[in-house]
Amino acid sequence: MTLKEMLTPRLGQALRPNIWDAVALILVIGAMVLIVYGGEQTTLPLSALDTTPVSLDPANLPVYALRTTMRMLLAIVCSIVFTFSYAALAAKSRRAEIVLIPLLDILQSVPILGFLTFTVVFFMNLFPGNVLGAELACVFAIFTSQAWNMTFSMYQSIRNVPKDLEEATQSFHLSGWQRFWRLDVPFAMPGLIWNTMMSMSGGWFFVVASEAITVGNTTVTLPGIGSYVALGIQRQNLAAIGYAILTMLLVIIAYDQLLFRPVVAWADKFRFEQTASGEVPSSWVLDLFRRTRALRALTHPFAALNRAISNLRVALPASLKMTAKNGPPSRLIDVLWLALVAASTFYAGLRAYQYLSSTLRLSDVIAAFGFGLITLLRVIVLIALATLIWVPVGVWIGLRPKLAERIQPLAQFLAAFPANLAFPVFVVIIVRYGLNANVWLSPLMILGTQWYILFNVIAGASAFPTDLREAAGSFHLKGWRWWIKVILPGIFPYYITGAITASGGSWNASIVAEVASWGDTHLTAAGLGAYIATATEAGDFPRVVLGISVMCILVTLFNRLLWRPLYAFGERRLRLG
Amino acid sequence: MLDIVKHSDLLEIHGVCRSFPKGSGEELVVLDKVDLTIRAGEIVGLLGRSGSGKSTLLRIIAGLIAPTSGAAKCRGETIAGPPNGVAMVFQSFALFPWLTVLQNVELGLEALGIEATERRTRALAAIDLIGLDGFESAYPKELSGGMRQRVGFARALVVHPDLLLMDEPFSALDVLTAETLRTDLVDLWIEGRLPIKSVLMVTHNIEEAVLMCDRILVFSSNPGRVAAEIKVELPHPRNRLDPAFRQLVDSIYARMTQRAEPKTPAIEGIPGSGVGMVLKHVSSNVLSGLIETLAAPPYNGRADLPVLAGSLQLEADDIFHLGESLQLLRFAQLSEGDLMLTDAGMRFAHLATDARKKLFAEHLVNHVPVMGLIRRVLDERPSHTAPAARFRNELEDYMAEDQADETLKTIVSWGRYAELFAYDEQTESFSLENPH
Repeated sequence: MTLKEMLTPRLGQALRPNIWDAVALILVIGAMVLIVYGGEQTTLPLSALDTTPVSLDPANLPVYALRTTMRMLLAIVCSIVFTFSYAALAAKSRRAEIVLIPLLDILQSVPILGFLTFTVVFFMNLFPGNVLGAELACVFAIFTSQAWNMTFSMYQSIRNVPKDLEEATQSFHLSGWQRFWRLDVPFAMPGLIWNTMMSMSGGWFFVVASEAITVGNTTVTLPGIGSYVALGIQRQNLAAIGYAILTMLLVIIAYDQLLFRPVVAWADKFRFEQTASGEVPSSWVLDLFRRTRALRALTHPFAALNRAISNLRVALPASLKMTAKNGPPSRLIDVLWLALVAASTFYAGLRAYQYLSSTLRLSDVIAAFGFGLITLLRVIVLIALATLIWVPVGVWIGLRPKLAERIQPLAQFLAAFPANLAFPVFVVIIVRYGLNANVWLSPLMILGTQWYILFNVIAGASAFPTDLREAAGSFHLKGWRWWIKVILPGIFPYYITGAITASGGSWNASIVAEVASWGDTHLTAAGLGAYIATATEAGDFPRVVLGISVMCILVTLFNRLLWRPLYAFGERRLRLG
Repeated sequence: MLDIVKHSDLLEIHGVCRSFPKGSGEELVVLDKVDLTIRAGEIVGLLGRSGSGKSTLLRIIAGLIAPTSGAAKCRGETIAGPPNGVAMVFQSFALFPWLTVLQNVELGLEALGIEATERRTRALAAIDLIGLDGFESAYPKELSGGMRQRVGFARALVVHPDLLLMDEPFSALDVLTAETLRTDLVDLWIEGRLPIKSVLMVTHNIEEAVLMCDRILVFSSNPGRVAAEIKVELPHPRNRLDPAFRQLVDSIYARMTQRAEPKTPAIEGIPGSGVGMVLKHVSSNVLSGLIETLAAPPYNGRADLPVLAGSLQLEADDIFHLGESLQLLRFAQLSEGDLMLTDAGMRFAHLATDARKKLFAEHLVNHVPVMGLIRRVLDERPSHTAPAARFRNELEDYMAEDQADETLKTIVSWGRYAELFAYDEQTESFSLENPH
């Protein structure tokens, strides 16, 4: 890479700044200042949290919002780094794949909020007496809510790289490292970005939930929107809750407009298709930066650096070389490897059993499963109710393109909004009217996740082919018959995608939804979520582990026995086009 | 050039075999003892049916897969991994959709670690040579198929390979575009403007091979062997309407239909025998249509294959394939580059739909062993149903997995047409009950 190339602008592109440069520059500097300011706060000693406690003054909200956003950003960076290494390792090494992929599958169904218990203790011990430990625990919690599906997406993309492109990279002597940056990463990009967006939506929920953590005797309140709301609940200040919700709305809009839209618009070029498609995503921020002259020129060194890195001569292991089987892979090493995996699994299982059996009886396990079934029932009933409500609404909206265009972003936005911020509003109503907590706390579980059903159904109905609608019309298919024969099969694959996400989210949400408080009033609904939440608060680790394991097992079974077969059926038989 | 062509043979292939494991654990031999030598200054064509192993051979030469046995040397060195001085053009173009034309062309040079300014100069020169001027900053998805393949050529030429490998480079293009690209390439070649020494191309298009190559190696299928080597001594530029050109094309057609006959007279061109016969899927509609066409004037029951292929706008490979399916069912006979209807075929042409189905069913049961087997099993079982897996297992004893897939698909489609049995996709089972 020569210096000359870095500095030579493209043809007809002067270095003289224009007005867009000024706007873009302000945005960049503003972002940098905010990041530095937010970063400074995290290195303070833990006692600083006590001297400047969270206050309900709305003037503090911008700073709290900034801190919350910083945690999100940091977590997403961690997730991306994790994704790149874990997915690449799993995709390139057969032996690693045997262990890593099932592991990922299980991690995906572990209730994230259950993690908090362990990570808080771990990170606090890592940085004793420093805010950093608590911050990292929070970031880690968000990370665990984001990383798995991103990693899966990337792994699957790398495994499905088109054969001809793979042959082209080999034929033109690209090294393993070059191939990774030139082929694997770009090919995985669209899926990865979509999953990152979904992860971010989910992440808001957990960042808010994990800012005010109580584990046994340790209570940490990190300044942020989540702890602001927690304090609002404690002080029974409904106005404060309102301010927090408003702030969150603004933050998510800003995040979407300033970060994700530009990234999606930019990543459009990575979509693997040979013909140009009609709709191209656009972003005013990206357009703005593309219109700038000087700032664009400033990006040239970065582009050059990127090229230089991807062209580094880094030797990667042999699995990237010739795919020919001159000799089959060594059986002996395979056997040794599997034996090692089996041995460590056995050891881990034994230790877990010893730990749990010293304090827990069989009756505890049965009780936990009993609570699990109650929560399972809640999830099923809620998904069914949400389906009954949102499928007809979604179809109605989806079949009206103009309306769908307006409602769709709103539904996606609602899915991203951390519903737990709104919980207090509902709790107030339950307390005021003395409603049954077992019944009326349940809807909170699906408050945030029902929107996935709505926006997937809208997408399905919008994509429903016009000719099929016209055919149905010309054969006078109406009413009940029309729903059963025409539209429901048509939107089925979309609906299932939404329902899977909604159901997974509801399990997670049960940990914060089955217990709620308003001031001194504590409401509890019997269920596995409440079981885990109560055990966490009491610092009762064996029961937390038990609760998490039971939830993990139930979620995995629920996915394997219900959702996956339905999904496969939809993809095989009902996917149109 | 410093190495004053010490090895005048660019490429030496000696007794190369390649096999893949079959379901039963046996090996499926795709290439059997192939010899091939390429010298500087020639265009060599590998011509054969799909499945004749010619693409496998090309991938062995490209260093993408290794031979099971035999020696493959490029410029005197044994091929282990993609050899230096060899570049490849792909049937599907294999362009990176996220890179511009210029970046795609520069890719091979970057991998070689060539310095940026030289890279740019050489890439622009290659783009210029291949007629892509003005498209440097376009993305592949903005280009037409022909333009994309030009990028494919430029990307291969820019590394100045001694040997250019082409894997059916024109078969994904429409007729007109393919012809322009072929003649452009041949023009550049005879003017000596291509920075390469030799070309090896794989094709199943007989006319294309005769139009471009100096030497054609005709491959036979199952297993792939070199059946004949044909020198083309017509001067460039060649004219498709030239009688000498036509004669050569006709003789290759004849050779490709005749060659298979001595092996298993009953079922030429179709690998496997008995229940293990590999069936390729052809719609019964296409078969009926072909029989009707053959029965009607001007063919009146007998057609010259090149003529038939031309009038139906089919590739040689497709017409062979159709002819063989008809032959398998005893509705037609292939010989000496002609396709002749049998008496049964003539009868079929003049029957109404239901009678056609009956005749088709009769021929299926009598001449396609696996159809007879399925029907027998269904008749014998009290429930008159059988899971597809039962037959799939049996098929996989004889053939590779994807072949079993294709065979099963053919069985289902032909069996449904002939109303021999019903197939339920959801339960994946055959039965005798048709819904009433």
